[in-house]
This record gives sequence, structure tokens and C-alpha cells, in this order.
Amino acid sequence: MAQMNMVQAINSALDVMLGRDPRVVVFGEDVGYFGGVFRCTDGLQRKYGEHRVLDTPIAEGGIVATAIGMGVNGLRPVAEIQFADYIYPAFDQIVSELARLRYRTAGDYSAPVTIRTPCGGGIRGGQTHSQSPEGVFTHVCGIKVVMPSNPYDAKGLLISSIEDEDPVVFFEPKRIYNGPFDGDPHKPAVPWSTHPKGEVPEGHYAIPIGKAEIVRPGKDVTILTYGTMVHVAEAAVQLAGVDAEIVDVRTMVPLDVDTLCTSVCKTGRCVIVHEATRFSGFGAELSATVQEECFWHLEAPIQRVTGWDTPYPHAFEWDYFPGPARIVAALRGVMEAR
Amino acid sequence: MTQSRLHVPHPPARPGEKPDFSYLEIPPAGHEPRPDTLTPALEIERLGTGMVRVLDEQGHAVGAWNPHLEPEDLQVALRHMLLTRHFDERMQRMQRQGRISFYMKSTGEEAVAVAQAMALEPGDMLFPSYRTQGLFIVRGKSLVDLMCQCLSNTRDMCRGRQMPIMYHWAEGNIFSISGNLATQFPQAVGWAMAAAIKGEDRIAATWIGEGSSAEADFHHAMTFAAVYQAPVILNVVNNQWAISSFQGFAGGERRTFAQRGPGYGIPGVRVDGNDFLAVYAVTRWAAERARASGGPTLIEHVTYRAAAHSTSDDPSRYRPKEEWQAWPLGDPITRLKNHLIALGEWSEERHAALEKELEAHVTACWKEAVTYGTLTEGPTLDPVSMFEDVFHDMPPHLKRQREELRRLLAAQHAAAAAQVPDAEG
Repeated sequence: MAQMNMVQAINSALDVMLGRDPRVVVFGEDVGYFGGVFRCTDGLQRKYGEHRVLDTPIAEGGIVATAIGMGVNGLRPVAEIQFADYIYPAFDQIVSELARLRYRTAGDYSAPVTIRTPCGGGIRGGQTHSQSPEGVFTHVCGIKVVMPSNPYDAKGLLISSIEDEDPVVFFEPKRIYNGPFDGDPHKPAVPWSTHPKGEVPEGHYAIPIGKAEIVRPGKDVTILTYGTMVHVAEAAVQLAGVDAEIVDVRTMVPLDVDTLCTSVCKTGRCVIVHEATRFSGFGAELSATVQEECFWHLEAPIQRVTGWDTPYPHAFEWDYFPGPARIVAALRGVMEAR
Repeated sequence: MTQSRLHVPHPPARPGEKPDFSYLEIPPAGHEPRPDTLTPALEIERLGTGMVRVLDEQGHAVGAWNPHLEPEDLQVALRHMLLTRHFDERMQRMQRQGRISFYMKSTGEEAVAVAQAMALEPGDMLFPSYRTQGLFIVRGKSLVDLMCQCLSNTRDMCRGRQMPIMYHWAEGNIFSISGNLATQFPQAVGWAMAAAIKGEDRIAATWIGEGSSAEADFHHAMTFAAVYQAPVILNVVNNQWAISSFQGFAGGERRTFAQRGPGYGIPGVRVDGNDFLAVYAVTRWAAERARASGGPTLIEHVTYRAAAHSTSDDPSRYRPKEEWQAWPLGDPITRLKNHLIALGEWSEERHAALEKELEAHVTACWKEAVTYGTLTEGPTLDPVSMFEDVFHDMPPHLKRQREELRRLLAAQHAAAAAQVPDAEG
């Protein structure tokens, strides 16, 4: 075991897979010589050469399209989109091509592409470096959608994504690259070395895609969340003084309905937390699923705590961010409802 | 005071007007020199403004680009082109009879796909567009298979998931056709990059129309191909029309499409797309260059879409009916046929016999294809198969939905079965 932050864990996953599987290639804007703007690919080109770890032109559509072509030709491409906010030029290639290639060819062609992309706010990124578009991709048939909340999961889930036969969009919450974040920007930064999930094996291991994890057992209310918000929810539970069960969804597609709904049926209450905007956000799917599966166990209406339905404003990011105070209010709301 | 004005392109002729192709400069056959295959792109910019032509007005092959093919190869080429045309005619008729939902003919453009598929190696990977059915025919995909795809029947390679003509053939190294235009262009570049990463000698080739060269995918493909010197042939089939929009709407009024190549550092070659020998020769040139690490080539094929865009289109509403007859580069099949006759290797009698043979072949294939089902007559695919191949392994939510559909279908069948005795009674 080693101490790793999320950047190092992701780098380690790529290193392990480049070393194990000659079909793996890693590319994107600034990922080669420089090692990535967030350093996730640091040192990999030096180690594996520029045929395996490449810089690309600034053309997300071209990055995903060429990844598809490489995948069809037997490689396992891992493409980086520098910010999730930049993924939209590649939308057609992801939605119409990558997601449906296996389907439209009845399994004769497929492209096992992994798209890594940093998401989320709280880094003074304004409306073009802060978005959480995971919900958009969950609405597309044929791609898996993953978002880890800690270094251990990040490495294990990224290895699973690269080994998966299907395309995966792998969201990396960049606010927690260097340490868990409890939602209070005024506190000093906390490193991952203080967190048990900062302990990461150096070799190969896989965390299955499609499995949620209960990160805090509890009996009063279930919080369904993922990414950065797992840590914000943990802080909110302390503040609210309720015995909440926190479920880290980890994989949006395929969704681990059993784990989520078993928890809600047990606690009878559900608060859904994500940083992305609310309207038609992934929380709406979670809420509908819980309603369908757990209706007769519910003691209170399901509540959602999310980013507001506005673009992510640069000057007001902490008024926008769904911080602990809003989660506490939601927890109290569902506990008091009768 | 000056005021800006928008230039909205107009085609030279609309319905009722006299066809006018004076915008096309057509040099005589044999005019263009053939540079060494590894000549730097910027030293051969003139290939993007001229036009490589081999067959002259008398049906003779002339000039440096003459590929000197054996008569037997030319006869095979003529057969492939004629078969493509007969196949198209039959499928168009079947659509008109309501047997298939949709079709797209390649009439007038057969030389492009047929010559290029013949010029490339069987291991080279083809990323087709929707009007390159000749690629499948040259590589030997059976017409029955193509028809079954159009019929969405029990032998449909796409298992009922794609509109007609969206074929693919993994064993034949032909990629899947997408209805989202131009997406295959940069994908082919990625495939070619992978071939180079793996150190193979296989190359990729891909096709788009001049209309969809306006998509960002064209720019992505050109940029990535140039940056990494990918072994790929990028073909723009300029058939003058993108549904109702003439080539001026894709930017063809001011520069040829081939001229875009040198802007990226890629050779751009403009070729008479209705000249089988010229298309073959240019493709061989580009393939040799790609295989020798000389990088990509952009080829503009100047041709004419003689048919409607698709069975859903009526070109008489936007272009003169007789435009095809006025097209200065003629009919690619007639031109190759005349060349073979000029060589003393073909005759009108042999041609008529071949047409008869191919028509009978197409008829026999259709008769077989419909035995595997049509859109309206059995046997039919099982609708619950729609849940397969979304993912490699079916996730739980799709299994649940499949069960729901299965129950619905069972209830429908039970209700239908229960009605039968009543109807008889």
C-alpha cells in the first residue's frame, strides 16, 4: 500500500494498464510531454514512449473520433478531455457513434474507449471549468458513466473502465484531486493522507463498475450521492446530528438499484445530493427510481440538494455550491416530515 | 457610405433553365503530370486545381497517370460497376413497391467506389459513406446480404436496427455506415493511427460528400491526419449536390475541395470521378504514399449525382431535369465500356449479354432475400432482441425492460390466439 492522492491514483491506474496491456494508449491535450494540466499523466510518456502516450490537437471531437477508430483497430484508448466543460464538441462522436457502434453493427464492431474528464466546481473555474455534466451522458444508451469519490476507488474504477468492453465516461471531481473536501472553503485544505481511502495498492486491482458503496451506515435517512458531495454529505451529517446512511453511487450507468433501494427501504427517508444542476439532473432519475422501488417504505417526500439551475457563476461559487448548510436543512426537513 | 451584403450562393441552373456546367474547368485527358509518390505536398499543389484524367474522348487511355491495367481487370471493373447499377435499380423499384422503406442509389458515381476498392489491398480498412455500395460489391459481399439488410429481415447483419443501406462487413474490413454524416472521416484517421502505432502496413480509406465536408469532422480528420502523418486516404466525392444544396454551399465556389489539402500540408488531388482509370491510378498513388510513411492524401472526385438524393427526394424541384445528360464528364460505365471496345476487348453484344446476366443474378438474389422475411411478411426478428448489444453484457435495467416487453408480446399473442376461434365461428 502507498499513500496517494486522486491524481497519483489515476496516474497509477494508467501506469499499471500501460504496463500490462500493449493495446492501451493514452492521449489528449497536454497529456504527453507535459503530463496533463492536472498532472494525471505525469511521466507516462517518458516511460512508455510517444506512440503510447500522445499529445493531441485541441479538438475534442477529433480526440473521441480517433479514439473510436483506434478502438475499432484493436487498441484500448484512454482519451482525456481536459475539462468536462470542453466535452461538448465531442458530443456527436460520443452519443451517435461511440455509444451505439456495438448496437448498430449487432456486435460486429465496438470500441472500448475510456474518456477521462475532470468535472465539478469549487476551484474558481467559472461557468466553463466547473460543470458536472454526468446526467447528460446517463441519458445516452450504450455508455457507462462513472464518478469516483476517493483515490482508492478512482484507481480501481479506472482500471475496470479500461478493461471494460464498453465505452466509459469517467468523471474525475477535480475539487478532491488533492484531498477530501467537506464543503467549507475557508478551512485549510486536508490531504488524502488523512483519509483511509488515500491508502492505495501500487499494483493492479479492479473495483466493479455498477456497484455502489455504503460509506457510512445509518438508520434514520439515506443520502444518495457521489463524487465531491460524498465528503460534503459526511460533514453535513455531523452537523445535523442525524444517523444517516450515506451511499456513494460511484456508477451512474449501470446503476446499483439494489444497494440504493435496500438502504432507502431500511431508513424510510431519502435525500439526494449532487453538484450538478437540478432540473432533469441525475437526481431526478434517482428520485424516480426510489419512488418506484421504495414508495411503501417512505416516511417523507424525497428531497434533492443540487446546484442551482443557473450556469456556475464565478464570483458566487459558494452561494451556488450545494454546501453542508443546504444538506443539513434537507436532512432536518425529511426527519421532521410526517 | 459602404454597406456589406451577404453572398447567398446560387446554382447555375434551376428547374426550367438550361443546365450550365461552365463553372467546371476540365483539362484534356493526360494533361496532368504524375509526381513521385513521396513528393512533398506543397510542391504538387497544382494537382488540387487541375484534374487527373486518363480516358480521352475517343476512349483511349493517355498520359502519365494511365495505370496500364490488363483488359481482364477492366472487364471485372465493368462488371462491378454494372452490377452496382442493376442492384440500385432493383432496390429503388422495391422501395417504390413498398417492400423496403428507403433507398439511396449511386447512379453516375459507380467508378469512385469500384475503382478505389480495386486499387486498395483486401486488408485495408474502408470507412464508407452512404453512396459507396460499390465497395461491398468489389470486396465480394453477397447481394443477398445487402438486400437482407435493406429488408431488416432475419438475415439482416444489423438485426433490424438500422435504416436500409447502413451496411457493414467486419470480415471484409468495411466499417459501418452512419446516418450522422462525416463522423467516419476522423474515425478512419484514428484507425490509421492505430495501424501505424502497431507497425502494420495496412492503411485506411474513407469517403464523404462535398456537402458534409462542411462538418467539423472534416477539419478534425484533416488536422489529425496531417499532424500524425496517418496512413489514410481521405476522399471527398463532389457529386455537385447535397440534397438540394449545390456544391457552392459547401464552399466550392471559390476553391476546389482538393485545394483544402495543402492548407493542412496534405496533398490534394482532383480527379475525374467518372474516369475509372484515373480514380484507380490516383488511389494507387495515394496508397503507395501512405504505405511508405508519406502520410495522408485528400482526393476530390468530380462526379455527378445522377439519381435523387434518396427515395424520399424529388430533385426536379430544385435542378433541371436534363442536367445529368448535360454533365460534361459523362457516364462512368459508358466511358469504361467504350475504352474496352476501343481496345478490342469488348463489344455491344458482350455488354448486352452481361447486362442480362447481371439482371438475372439480381433477380435471383432478391428472390432468395425475401425468403428470409420482409418488413411486412415473416419470418421476422424477435423484437426482444432489441435489448441486446446495447452493452457487451446486459445490465439489470435492460433485463427488466426486456422482461416487460416479453410479457407484453406474450399477452398480445395470447389475445390474438383467443380471437382465432371466434373469427372462425
